[in-house]
Amino acid sequence: MSKILTASLDWVDTRFPLSKLWNEHLAEYYAPKNFNFWYYFGSLALLVLVIQIITGILLATNYKPDAGMAFASVEYIMRDVEYGWLIRYLHSTGASFFFIMVYLHMFRAMLYGSYRKPRELLWILGMFIYLCLMAEAFLGYLLPWGQMSFWGAQVIISLFGAIPVFGEELAIWVRGDYVIADATLNRFFVYHVVSVPLILLVLVVMHIMALHQVGSNNPDGIEIKKNKDPKTGIPLDGIPFHPYYTVKDIVGVAVFLIFFSAVVFYAPEMWGYFLEANNFFPADPMKTPEHIAPLWFFTPFYAILRAIPDKLTGVIAMGASIMVWFLLPWIDRSPVKSIRYKGGIFKFALLLFVISFLGLCYLGMETPTPTKTLFAQIFSFIYFAFFILMPWYSKWDNTKPVPERVT
Amino acid sequence: MTESVDDKSKRRFLIAATTTVGAIGTGFTAVPFVLSMKPSAKAQAAGAPIEIDISKMEEGQKLTVEWRGKPVWVVKRSEKNLEDLSVLEKKLRDPESASSEQPGYAKNKIRAIKPEYFVVIGICTHLGCSPTYVKENDPHDLGSDWRGGFFCPCHGSFFDLAGRVYHSVPAPTNLVVPPHTYLSSTRILVGVESQEGVA
Repeated sequence: MSKILTASLDWVDTRFPLSKLWNEHLAEYYAPKNFNFWYYFGSLALLVLVIQIITGILLATNYKPDAGMAFASVEYIMRDVEYGWLIRYLHSTGASFFFIMVYLHMFRAMLYGSYRKPRELLWILGMFIYLCLMAEAFLGYLLPWGQMSFWGAQVIISLFGAIPVFGEELAIWVRGDYVIADATLNRFFVYHVVSVPLILLVLVVMHIMALHQVGSNNPDGIEIKKNKDPKTGIPLDGIPFHPYYTVKDIVGVAVFLIFFSAVVFYAPEMWGYFLEANNFFPADPMKTPEHIAPLWFFTPFYAILRAIPDKLTGVIAMGASIMVWFLLPWIDRSPVKSIRYKGGIFKFALLLFVISFLGLCYLGMETPTPTKTLFAQIFSFIYFAFFILMPWYSKWDNTKPVPERVT
Repeated sequence: MTESVDDKSKRRFLIAATTTVGAIGTGFTAVPFVLSMKPSAKAQAAGAPIEIDISKMEEGQKLTVEWRGKPVWVVKRSEKNLEDLSVLEKKLRDPESASSEQPGYAKNKIRAIKPEYFVVIGICTHLGCSPTYVKENDPHDLGSDWRGGFFCPCHGSFFDLAGRVYHSVPAPTNLVVPPHTYLSSTRILVGVESQEGVA
C-alpha cells in the first residue's frame, strides 16, 4: 500500500512541486520557538477568510443585487432559506471578527517591531490586505440595502467629491448614477464577490510568501537565522512549523470558535455594534436616519474626518490617518525591535496611541456634540503625533541590551 | 535569442516599436471599459423636471419631492423667519451666497424667487446626507439662539432657513438651490430655469 502511495507521490512530484511546497512552507519552515499568545491572530485571520468565502458563496446563491429586490432577498434568506439565518449571521459576524483578528495581528507587529527591516515588504503587503479588507467591508455593507447601507455609502462616496476640479465627476463615475442607485448596488455586488476577493487572495499568498522568505519575527525581536546549527544550517532557535505550530494554531482555532459561536448564536447583532438597527429599515433616498455612523472598525477614521471642520482637510486627514501606517518600517528608528527591550518613552507613546485609537473608535459611533468633537480633536492630534514624532522619540528612548538568543 | 548578433539596434527598435504600439492599444481598449461605468442613458433620462403644488402649504411646513433621485424641499417661511435671516448673518460662512451653487435669481440673501417659498435640494454639501428640518421651538432644542433651519445629523452642520451654512461646521457651502420656475402662483416646476423670476 505505502509503495503505491510513494509511487503516486513521485508521479505527482515530477509534474507538480507538491512535496517541495509542503516542506518549504510547513514541514521545513523553521519558526522561532518563543511564539506567544499574540501569534495566533495571523492564522485566525486566515480561518475567518475561509469562513467568509464559504458563507459568502452560499449567500450569493440566494441574494438579488437589485435595488427593488435586495432588501427583501436578505429577509428571504433570514426567514425562508433553510439555515439561511445561520449562514448570514456567520458572514456578518465574520466581518467584525475579521477586523478584530487583523487589528490584534497589527498590534502584535507594533509590540514586537515585526515591520522593521527586513520585513518592510511583508508589512506593506499586510497593509494592502487591510485596505482590501476595508474596501470589501464597505462594498458588502451596501448589499442589504437598508438605511445604513444606503446613507453610509452615500457619505463615503461623497468623499470623492471633496477632490477639487474632477471630484464630483469621479463620484458620479463610481456610483454610475447621480445618487446611490440600482447601478451602484449592482456593481458593488460584483466588486464584493469577484474583484476584491481575487485581489485579496493574491495578496494573502504574497504576504505568506514574503513571510517565509524573511522568516517570522518573535517576541524578542531577534533574528533566529543569525544562529544556525553549523552542520544542518537550521536556526538553533527554530522549530518546524508543522507539527509544532499547526497544532498550537488548532488550539487557537478551538478557543476562537467558542467566542465566535457565542456571538453568532446569542448576540449576532451585538447590540448594534455588528448589525445596526437602522439597517433593518429599507433604504430611503429621501430620509437620512437621525444618527448615522459606520460599523465600529471604521469609526476611528470616521471620527478623525468629523473632528476637522473643513471638508477637504477632513478627507485628507482621514486618508492620511490610514496611509501613515505604511511608513512605520522607516519612522521607527529604535535600535531594538521588541517592546521587551524598548524604554519608557515608546511604551508611554504606544499607550497614548492605543487610548486615542479606542477613544476615536468610541467617538465615531456617537452623535457629535461640542465636547465630543473636542475630545475627537485631541485624540486625532495624539494619533498623528504618535507617527510624526516617532523618528525622534524612538531614537531618544532608553533601550535595554538585546540578548543573543531568544528567551 | 542569440547573443552573437553584432548589431542589436534593429532588435532594440523592434522592442520599442512593439511596446509602444501595445501600450497605445491598451490605452484605447481601456476607454470603453472606463466609460461603461458612467451613468447609463436610462439613468441620465431619469432627470426630468417635476411639478410641485404649493397651494395647501401652511407657514412653517416643509414639502419633500423627489427629483433626480434627490429630495427637493419647499419650505413656507413666515415674516418672522425672513426677518431672522438678516439677524443671523454674522454666524454664517457665506451669507451672500457668493461661493455657493444656485441659479442667478436665487443668488441673494433670501435665496428664493418669492421670499416666502424656499426651494432647495435637501442634501448636505458636506457628504450628502439629508439634513433634518428643525423649527425654532422644536423639541430637538438646538439652543435658545436657534431661529429655525436645518441640522445635518451625520456630521453636525447647521443651515439657516435660506439653506445658508453656519461658521465652523464641516459643510463648505450653502445648500444647493435647484433651477425652478413658477408655472402659476401655486405651482412650481423644478428642473427648469426660471424665465421671468430674475429679481
